[in-house]
Amino acid sequence: MATAEKPKYKVIGTRPIRHDGVDKVTGRAQYGADVRLTGMLYASMLRSPHAHAKITKIDTSKAEALSGVRAVLTSADLPEQGDRIVELGEGAVNMRHLSANVLARDKVLYRGHAIAGVAADNIHIAQEAVKLIEVEYEVLPPVLDVRKAMKADAPVLNDDVRTESLGSHPADDDNSKPTNVAKHFVFASGDVEAGFAEADVIVEREYTTATVHQGYIEPHNATVQWNADGKVTVWMSTQGTFSARQQTAELHRIPVSDVKVIPMEIGGGFGGKISVYLPPVAAGLSQKTGRPVKLIMDRTDVFEATGPTPGSYVRVKLGVKKDGTITAGDAWVAFEAGAYPGSPIAPGCMCVFSCYNVPNGHVEGFDVCVNKPRTNAYRAPGSPNVAFATESVVDEICEKIGMDPIEFRLKNAAKEGVRRVDGPVYGRVGMVETVEAIRDSNHWQSPLEGPNRGRGTATGFWFNCGLKSAATATVNYDGTVSLLEGSTDIGGSRVSLAMQTAETLGIPAEAVKPTVGDTDAVGFTDVTGGSRVTFATGIACIEAARDIIRQLETRAALIWECDASAVSYEDGGLNGPDGARMSFVEIAGKLHATGGSIVGRGTSSEADQSGAFGTHAVDVEVDPDTGKVQILRYTIAQDAGTAIHPSYVEGQLQGGVVQGIGWALNEEYWYDDKGSMRNPTYLDYRVPTCYDVPMIETIIVEVPDPGHPYGVRGVGEVPICPPQAAIANAIYAAVGVRMRDLPMSPPKVCKAILEKRAEGNGAS
Amino acid sequence: MAKKRVVTTTINGDTHEFLCQPRQTLLETLRDVLGLTGTKEGCSNGNCGACTVHLNGRPVDSCLVLGVEVEGAEIRTIEGVACGSHLDEVQEAFLEGAALQCGICTPGFIMQTESLLDENPNPTEDEIRFYLAGNLCRCTGYDKIVRSVQCAAEKRQTANVGDH
Repeated sequence: MATAEKPKYKVIGTRPIRHDGVDKVTGRAQYGADVRLTGMLYASMLRSPHAHAKITKIDTSKAEALSGVRAVLTSADLPEQGDRIVELGEGAVNMRHLSANVLARDKVLYRGHAIAGVAADNIHIAQEAVKLIEVEYEVLPPVLDVRKAMKADAPVLNDDVRTESLGSHPADDDNSKPTNVAKHFVFASGDVEAGFAEADVIVEREYTTATVHQGYIEPHNATVQWNADGKVTVWMSTQGTFSARQQTAELHRIPVSDVKVIPMEIGGGFGGKISVYLPPVAAGLSQKTGRPVKLIMDRTDVFEATGPTPGSYVRVKLGVKKDGTITAGDAWVAFEAGAYPGSPIAPGCMCVFSCYNVPNGHVEGFDVCVNKPRTNAYRAPGSPNVAFATESVVDEICEKIGMDPIEFRLKNAAKEGVRRVDGPVYGRVGMVETVEAIRDSNHWQSPLEGPNRGRGTATGFWFNCGLKSAATATVNYDGTVSLLEGSTDIGGSRVSLAMQTAETLGIPAEAVKPTVGDTDAVGFTDVTGGSRVTFATGIACIEAARDIIRQLETRAALIWECDASAVSYEDGGLNGPDGARMSFVEIAGKLHATGGSIVGRGTSSEADQSGAFGTHAVDVEVDPDTGKVQILRYTIAQDAGTAIHPSYVEGQLQGGVVQGIGWALNEEYWYDDKGSMRNPTYLDYRVPTCYDVPMIETIIVEVPDPGHPYGVRGVGEVPICPPQAAIANAIYAAVGVRMRDLPMSPPKVCKAILEKRAEGNGAS
Repeated sequence: MAKKRVVTTTINGDTHEFLCQPRQTLLETLRDVLGLTGTKEGCSNGNCGACTVHLNGRPVDSCLVLGVEVEGAEIRTIEGVACGSHLDEVQEAFLEGAALQCGICTPGFIMQTESLLDENPNPTEDEIRFYLAGNLCRCTGYDKIVRSVQCAAEKRQTANVGDH
């Protein structure tokens, strides 16, 4: 769906076969767990059985004595970090906390917290040895809920955490003693009291969301060789080789240049494979043994000790006039950070009113430690939690004032010139276009009939980011280009980068061969996250292609014996004086005779994205006897700026929606009162299977982002933001109950239906 | 540690003789003993289907089978699906239909799809979704996988009509 006259592209918008595809359908692709090195040892980890405890003693002697065990590593083997804050690409990290998360020091803060690593001749010996490590604990009471953790009498996890006050009106926080509240944000704009005084209708509601996991199918892994010369090589699946390099180096306090990270194929990440867990441990074990050490998590480890995204409590109050104009918004947001500070509370607070023009706004946010794994990014981190609240409140308001939810969104939509409550003013964005696309869709225009069925809609936003990327492109004398770039490929980005290179050079996508370089081979590139790769690494690739063109023009000028200014590059070839023409393939064939290799270089660091929106429509059927919600039909309309490879744009949209459906209906960390997760397996945690969902219809809206030469907007994160509220709104339309706690699992929906029935009976 | 046993089996048409411990799963045996790393490990408890292989013609989670159990059996893994450098219809359809993003679940999905199409050459969407429900994918939302299975079924039927 084009919203403006579209430039004519030759490669962009086509659907070539991805370059790494054959390896992936034949089983030849090498993922992190497939690494096998001569003399390699296998390692296993001891993890805490308690959610909160002091470690009073660790005795590894029996484990070390077991035949076949080569080394044991505890936090005593890792250097002290002191109180260092280090910038790690997508945010600053307290190194003492990161180190203690990798190997616990004096306390364990969640069940599954790593305590020791054992390297042995095979995995079974390593696992047996782990059981021989004796740890004495002083068990402490855990705190697992964000609001309980904020109370004055709550058990405190970290004695070095004090409340940090941030934002426009610094709050009067007590910074004198240890607390679980690590951050307190306040964003404000306009005059909130006056705004609510102007309102004809005010709705204020409370929402909670459960802790959920990214759920990538490939468990974390790392194989590390610490060489005799002090150089460390890491083979792993990671969303950011340079971030993994820095974390590994910092945790061992060695120079980053002593560490090389080789990116293996990565079996899913969604934000959860940025923080390191295993490489520092495998590195320490390799240093002790002089042999490569391979360390892989099992699925329980992945659930109990990695990810997740925060459970949260969100209160949203919105005021509108009778005609639907928003006058004021107030939000109070508390996120569970997990064991150490660092939940995405800041983006959560920025996103809560991001879809609307809220002239008078106040947002207060809290980052709170609880005895759960340290949270990590998960697809638009923070945004789905708050979108669930705001988009549900919007639905209630529409009902109260009798306004169509599409019309309400069009009336109040975020658009160019609108200022967000946290400050920034939007550039050219496409929210209105996505709402219109849903309004005009076959789905929205088709009637929905039948009992217990309902339709809902919701909109979502994510910033998308720019950050730093690098690429080099080498011309081969057969007329192809070898592209080396730094972004690890978690979903098909190699093909979209090759396509942008090919488009710039006017050659087929198949003529560009993309490779993800290791940290010694390619320039610094930030993590694959923030929906940034197709945008920012795309710009680096386009720059590299343009650098090739400049060099080709010089070569052609040599051949044609003219000034370089008389040569131009167009449509896959060079134009010279008197109608002279040479194709890319022809000039590539003359490389060796005209001065040798041509290597184009490109970087991106300044460019930033203007954000992206998506609007969803969903039809559900609720079984009133069991509370089970079946998704009947789902349509997503999202602004992709310019879709480079439409199949993989659709794939991001569909995948994000289904993760959102899982988050909405079933997924949750289910804890007992001791703080043990009782469902750390896929089917008990309950990710969606293909039998749970229908086809996901996609509408790609294209409002080009002015910050990118071809108008690309990142697409990966926005799709997970609207499903929770869209489904909640559809459930209301189906059976008349407002669900305000995620997941909306059968027991909860059933209970709500029964309560509604009881109310009805009582009233009659 | 229990003594290793000698196991003789047929894998992708070739006879293999290998040593394995009684506690090693077929998955571990394939990957770590035989170096057939195309079969993936996602959960090791039969939840995700990433390790699906064919055992005597039936799809199984190789993490739930012991290596010593496959004595005398016929096994087919993802490495045995393509004929030389010719991809089969399912592999082609997955490639063309963009049915993979990260690709870690792909070998399992392809093996399960091979079994489905052997049993039911012309499955409905519902039959496809039911048969593949034991294979988890976290990237695609399943849409393009289901469509690619439909496409593979069509390709295979067209090829079979051509053979007659």
